[in-house]
Amino acid sequence: MNKIKKLSVGVTLMTIGQQAAHADYALNLMQGVTKVSHDIYDLHMLILWICVFIGVGVFGTMFYSIYHHRKSKGHEAAQFHENTTVEIIWTIIPTLILIGMAIPATKTMLELADVQQSDMTIQVTGKQWYWDYKYLNNDIHFESHLDEASEIAHRTKGADPRSVKNYLLEVDKPLVIPVKTKIRFVLTSGDVIHSWWVPDLGWKKDANPGFINEAWTSVDKAGTYRGQCTELCGRDHGFMPIVVIAMEQPDYDAWVKKTSEQQKQKPDLSNQSHDQLVAHGKSVYLKNCVGCHQIEGTGVTGLIPAITASPKVTGGIDPLIGFLQAGTSKMPAFSKLKDNELAEVITYIRNDLGNKVGDEIQPDKITPVYDDDNDEDDKNKVAP
Amino acid sequence: MSAVVAEHDDHHADEHHDHGPAKGLLRWIITTNHKDIGTLYLLFALAMFFVGGAMAMVIRAELFEPGLQFVDPAFFNSMTTMHALVMVFGAVMPAFVGLANWQIPMMIGAPDMALPRMNNMSFWLLVAGVLLLASTLLMETGAPNAGWTFYPPLVLQPITVGKALPFAVFAVHLLGISSIMGAINIIATIFNMRAPSMKMMDMPLFVWTWLITAFLLIAVMPVFAGAVTMLLTDKFFHTSFFNAAGGGDPVLYQHIFWFFGHPEVYIMILPTFGVASTIIPVFARKPLFGYSSMVWATGSIAFFSFIVWAHHMFTVGMPMAGELYFMYATMIIAVPTGVKVFNWTATMWKGAMTFETPMLFSIAFVVLFTMGGLTGLMMALAPLDFQYHDTYFIVAHFHYTLVPASIFILMAAGYFWLPKWTGNMYNEKIGQLHFWLSAISVNILFFPQHFLGLAGMPRRIPDYAIQFADWNMVSSIGGFIFGLSQLLFLYIVIDTIRGGTGEKVTAEVWEGSSNHSLEWTLPSPVPYHTWTTPPAVVPTEHVLDSH
Repeated sequence: MNKIKKLSVGVTLMTIGQQAAHADYALNLMQGVTKVSHDIYDLHMLILWICVFIGVGVFGTMFYSIYHHRKSKGHEAAQFHENTTVEIIWTIIPTLILIGMAIPATKTMLELADVQQSDMTIQVTGKQWYWDYKYLNNDIHFESHLDEASEIAHRTKGADPRSVKNYLLEVDKPLVIPVKTKIRFVLTSGDVIHSWWVPDLGWKKDANPGFINEAWTSVDKAGTYRGQCTELCGRDHGFMPIVVIAMEQPDYDAWVKKTSEQQKQKPDLSNQSHDQLVAHGKSVYLKNCVGCHQIEGTGVTGLIPAITASPKVTGGIDPLIGFLQAGTSKMPAFSKLKDNELAEVITYIRNDLGNKVGDEIQPDKITPVYDDDNDEDDKNKVAP
Repeated sequence: MSAVVAEHDDHHADEHHDHGPAKGLLRWIITTNHKDIGTLYLLFALAMFFVGGAMAMVIRAELFEPGLQFVDPAFFNSMTTMHALVMVFGAVMPAFVGLANWQIPMMIGAPDMALPRMNNMSFWLLVAGVLLLASTLLMETGAPNAGWTFYPPLVLQPITVGKALPFAVFAVHLLGISSIMGAINIIATIFNMRAPSMKMMDMPLFVWTWLITAFLLIAVMPVFAGAVTMLLTDKFFHTSFFNAAGGGDPVLYQHIFWFFGHPEVYIMILPTFGVASTIIPVFARKPLFGYSSMVWATGSIAFFSFIVWAHHMFTVGMPMAGELYFMYATMIIAVPTGVKVFNWTATMWKGAMTFETPMLFSIAFVVLFTMGGLTGLMMALAPLDFQYHDTYFIVAHFHYTLVPASIFILMAAGYFWLPKWTGNMYNEKIGQLHFWLSAISVNILFFPQHFLGLAGMPRRIPDYAIQFADWNMVSSIGGFIFGLSQLLFLYIVIDTIRGGTGEKVTAEVWEGSSNHSLEWTLPSPVPYHTWTTPPAVVPTEHVLDSH
């Protein structure tokens, strides 16, 4: 009987969980904020109850038998076996139940995959270990990294994750979308396979290198929705969250305007003090380098070279600039970094992480060694 | 040692007649006796169960609290990868081969396996394969950490997997050869060495399920070997099977892998079904309810296992027709699986049940495996899988179908047959304690993982957001209790081999067991050589009365 109790407790907890969906912990699938996510939730509940019903029936019979048909109670064993009627019944009934499940499941599946007649398209590119978003209808294009507080906390021994707001579920630049608009996503990857999942939208979809997948959403309610990468993508797989902010149309339009203007701004290449360069460089490092080279610049034994005491880092500055811009077979090219970011991060790695060269480089001294006019995303595109 | 198996073979009549095992360590290295090899397999599997279990403890310790406390994320990934590989290829599969070695010849009235020397070789290749795999743990760049599924391009990435890839690939080759040799041996034994009076439909279900499993092994192990070989050539010989830039496709690997991987999960569960169908009738003191439907259900599950693989890949980006086909095909598996569960229930119905440790584990198996089966049905529905996929809901599902299913049944088999093999009775009190600790803690360990997955926790992450903290802690506590409880099993195995309770068991061991299958008609402990002349009569109570 123990098992049935456990099951019924589980079911009760799940029902309570529905009401407390936004409490600290949830027990059941979230209903989400799209029609598809609601349909998936309803289907989930339907199947869950069918399974509970089957479970109660089968386990009930079994436990009745265990309780009554025991030798210690003097029950004599019957010797019946093989009953064709019974066997046909317990083949037909499950088949009918399955057909009953398949019909709504097929409907939802068709709905989930229908990307036609979308109002706008966003390209999502998974990269180790952040997301790159490109709005194909306007020129907005940005990267979305784990925010600095979580980044530092999860890399620091003894840090208290509970003191960090939205630990591991916060990004520096969230994906912003308008509500009640059919948005088509095209997903791909710049390196290994990732998977883009926001539970409130009702689906995840793999981002495969060299191929393009499609998905869509239309969010009913303005709000902030969080998710994570769900395909193992290397050491920092657990540290590339997704944050989607759904806005009312006017707010969204204002955001587009603001973001487009920001993107058109030329980077500030004015001189900075040594300390400013180092401080800004740390932020650049935390976004772009820390995943491989680690927070103390140690690298990973046998796989990723250390920055600490590396002659490449502490040697001449010009070769270092070239190295960062061109990349290697193991390291991606960081041509995406602006001159000021390059100057900052170079000054940082030469004067921190156990290195003390004592010099600095100003943004206007960065000379393009490897000029990359092309949008770097073009590299990831392969004709389908 | 050939004389051992060829004792009654005229061609070897002039050879030295050896009636007992060789002395010393050499006995175990060169043995061709099915019982010795069965013992080797089982002890090796038990050792690997603790090695894989220790890795699970590392995983649960890291996940006890949010934040990274003990291990580096890459090492965490190595642990999840190696835990799976060691448990699947080192513990569960070898344990069932060990059971097959011990039981199949005794159950079908054969003196040994059909190919005894190959039997020895397949065991030692297994050891070599697992050692090759385990050696990567000592490498500076660490063990494979791209998941036991070895998905490219991650597994080929120089910054992710260091020097371990070729070791893992060749380990898979060795394990594959070992499994295929074992499977050939089992098929040859069952087809050729049954007692003359035993028809196919007289065979105990354990023999039937293993026969079907052996065909699955032969069919899919080469596929896995081929898939990892393509990884090897992509990595070292500049082929582009899985690289889009060279015209390949990373998703192709997933199709090949799961064409192996799905039958693989049935390779681990079909013998489980066989043992359960053997144990439950004995303790219900009734014939198995539907013998022939159980055989057909096993066969159809095996057939369907080949045509459902892409349900592991619903979110990978398949055409609608593919999504729907794999959804429907997967759902159909619920029918034969249901037939099995209903059959076990009907076998218990109106029996005269007693609840010794093997029966307790078997009942827990039926209940908990059914729960895993029901969540499996939920994720068979493609649109639902778009939420469940790659979350802890999946982790909970497949652990329910493996731990309280395959592992519990292996425990049950140990308690059931150890008295027969050793002639000693295990300590029933400690056995029951082991059962209750395991059955309760396994639910504390895995049930909360359903909640975690539904709430949005992805699998294979070393650290998590705060809202997942409570259930992870509960799950870890369950994990530690479960892990420690298994030391009781180790104690019982050693204790029983050394004499157990001191009570000498009868040939039947369990009341009425000799009505069910042949091994119980042999003396306890079973002699080193059995059925040198085949039994004249085989128990047929499990088939139709009209038979």
